[in-house]
Amino acid sequence: MRVWFVLLLLISLLPAAEKEIRVASKKFTENILLGEMARLLAQDAGFPVSHRAGLGGTRVLWNALLAGEIDIYPEYTGTLQYEILAREHYTRFDQVREHLRALGLEVTPALGFNNTYALGILPGNPRLKGVRAISDLTGLKELRFGFSNEFLKRTDGWPALQKAYKLNAAELRGMDHDLAYRALINGDIDVMELYSTDAEISYYHIKTLQDDRSLFPDYQAVFVYNKNGGRIPPAVEGAINRLAGRMDAAAMSRLNAMVKIEKKEPRRVAAAFLRKTLGLKAPVADAGRGLLPEIGQRTREHLFLVAVSLLAAILIALPLGIVSAFHEKTGRLILSVTGMLQTIPSLALLVLMIPLAGIGEGPALIALFLYSLLPIVRGAHAGLISIPSAVRESAIVLGLTLPQQLRFVYLPLASRSILSGIKTAAVINVGTATLGALIGAGGYGQPILTGIRLDDTALILQGAIPAALLAFMIQAFFDLLEKFIVPRGLRK
Amino acid sequence: MIVFDKVTFAYNDEQPLLRNFSCRFKAGQCSVLIGPSGCGKSTLIRLITGLEQAAAGEITFQGERVAAGSIKNIRRRLGYVIQEGGLFPNLTVVQNIRLAGRARGREVGLDEIRRLCGLTHLEEGLLDKYPGELSGGQRQRVSLMRALSSKPGVLLLDEPLGALDPMIRADVQGTLKELIDALGLTVVMVTHDLAEAALFGDEIFLMHKGEIVQRGTINALLRQPASAFVRRFVNSQRGVGA
Repeated sequence: MRVWFVLLLLISLLPAAEKEIRVASKKFTENILLGEMARLLAQDAGFPVSHRAGLGGTRVLWNALLAGEIDIYPEYTGTLQYEILAREHYTRFDQVREHLRALGLEVTPALGFNNTYALGILPGNPRLKGVRAISDLTGLKELRFGFSNEFLKRTDGWPALQKAYKLNAAELRGMDHDLAYRALINGDIDVMELYSTDAEISYYHIKTLQDDRSLFPDYQAVFVYNKNGGRIPPAVEGAINRLAGRMDAAAMSRLNAMVKIEKKEPRRVAAAFLRKTLGLKAPVADAGRGLLPEIGQRTREHLFLVAVSLLAAILIALPLGIVSAFHEKTGRLILSVTGMLQTIPSLALLVLMIPLAGIGEGPALIALFLYSLLPIVRGAHAGLISIPSAVRESAIVLGLTLPQQLRFVYLPLASRSILSGIKTAAVINVGTATLGALIGAGGYGQPILTGIRLDDTALILQGAIPAALLAFMIQAFFDLLEKFIVPRGLRK
Repeated sequence: MIVFDKVTFAYNDEQPLLRNFSCRFKAGQCSVLIGPSGCGKSTLIRLITGLEQAAAGEITFQGERVAAGSIKNIRRRLGYVIQEGGLFPNLTVVQNIRLAGRARGREVGLDEIRRLCGLTHLEEGLLDKYPGELSGGQRQRVSLMRALSSKPGVLLLDEPLGALDPMIRADVQGTLKELIDALGLTVVMVTHDLAEAALFGDEIFLMHKGEIVQRGTINALLRQPASAFVRRFVNSQRGVGA
């Protein structure tokens, strides 16, 4: 009961969302670019709007949209049909649209590009002269294919492809997607599978072959939005629909390349595209903050996550630890439950929290809180049960009441072990809190995540180094605290 | 006076250690419980303090029945010292004594602490030391001070000197004997050392397997052993010069 009460309290502490349109995007470049475009278009139409860039994976965004935590995000028709609503086995997208309407959701017209599987070749490859479509490969011999292992295994991947086009493979290699690009450019393979908007396509001038037998499903880019609550008024729909049909795969690939390979900022790239394509007077995004204010902001977010979750955990775990030390049966239960919580993978726990607590700091705080329980309970339990029975019994026979026993004897004697449990929890939390960025909680995880996406080591370090330093400082802080809290008589 | 009347007691699921056990410890004298390990001598003291509860029978402490409702009141009237002292290692000597006073709802003043130092022969310079900074003998003197701080009429001593080495032990024995006589305390003491029993015991209770096999003075034990076991026990402890 008390745990839930505190959880609710924590959730209610979170800042209430303002009445603005909340755009979000998945954690890969293309989706972030599209999200940024939606933001710019809504802003241009005169609406207050925010964008949680790279909030998470499909599940995270979808659940957040259903829960009303976000209002709109870029999605793909194929993902809606074959992944999110896979269990319905819809054969036409109309059915998907109907299903979404029943949920209060709406899909915009397609933006114009289809981000699906495609086959790529080098235009200069002498073996493949005049090849334009996949069917042109039929009958060619001595072809060397390099595919990702996933594509090789998926029933709608290589097996279907080979059957539909009757392809002959002289050589069939499973390899990492990035390595396949290199192999293709080096001429080690002739054909690879790719996503039709991959940044590398425009960067390396790779030729994509037309899927002229329509083997691969459509992954048309659209925006999916929540009509409930009227957060997306017709004027915003209209503004965002200006993008409809205006982007082809080649254009998207170029935009992806600008961000991924040329390392330009997504918001600048998005703004430039809208200016050029739609004549939007998108303000040039203000030059990003300096490094120090940026790190300062991340530090505040990170400390908030660690401190609040730790404090709540201490308030709950310390009494639990005391109970577990004095009541053996309850103690076993408490230790096994908190131990079980510890085994839930942090990512899973974060995503599971979304329907409960939304996105942002809420679920991150709860997850960190739950992870902090075990070390603190265990520290208190270990410290208390190691008190010699002579001391316990003396306290009892002297007539100390239980609160007196705890305050003057047991807790001081167990203080070192309790503190070390709290220290462990704090240090673990500093590390785990970096995952909070996956669900929009900010903190040092944000630059790490963005850095991984952009393959930008400097950005990764901008999160990783402060996180390591913070863990180190927290360790030092607790070592210092020990000097004040652990009674002098025990320091030997 | 402390009376055991048909007391039955067992640890957890084990065979009962005490069965229909009856005996009385007289007021104003020192009763010494002696016997081999596991004979039940410490258990008797633990039953009086309420650390263990009898399964059947009745224990009365100065006319009051030992029970959940009365134990708080009874504990106020007794001092309890055990082998390891049971001092709180996180508190100084003074703090240990003051906390004991506090548990009984009274402030122990510095004058009183000095008086206790005199009784137990503890140097006043040690008052602000932590138990970990004291020798074993000093620690037991502090334990005695703490037990006496509530001015109890009864002292329950569970092998209070058992962990001390012989020279120090003799010294603390002297102190203890002196203060018991000076304060006219009722004492129940557990020991496994016959010489110590002889020194303190107005009456000695020799126990074996949860029963009292002989009670009386040391002379009675030595001269008229009631059984072969008593003879064996007594002989085993007749060491050098005895």
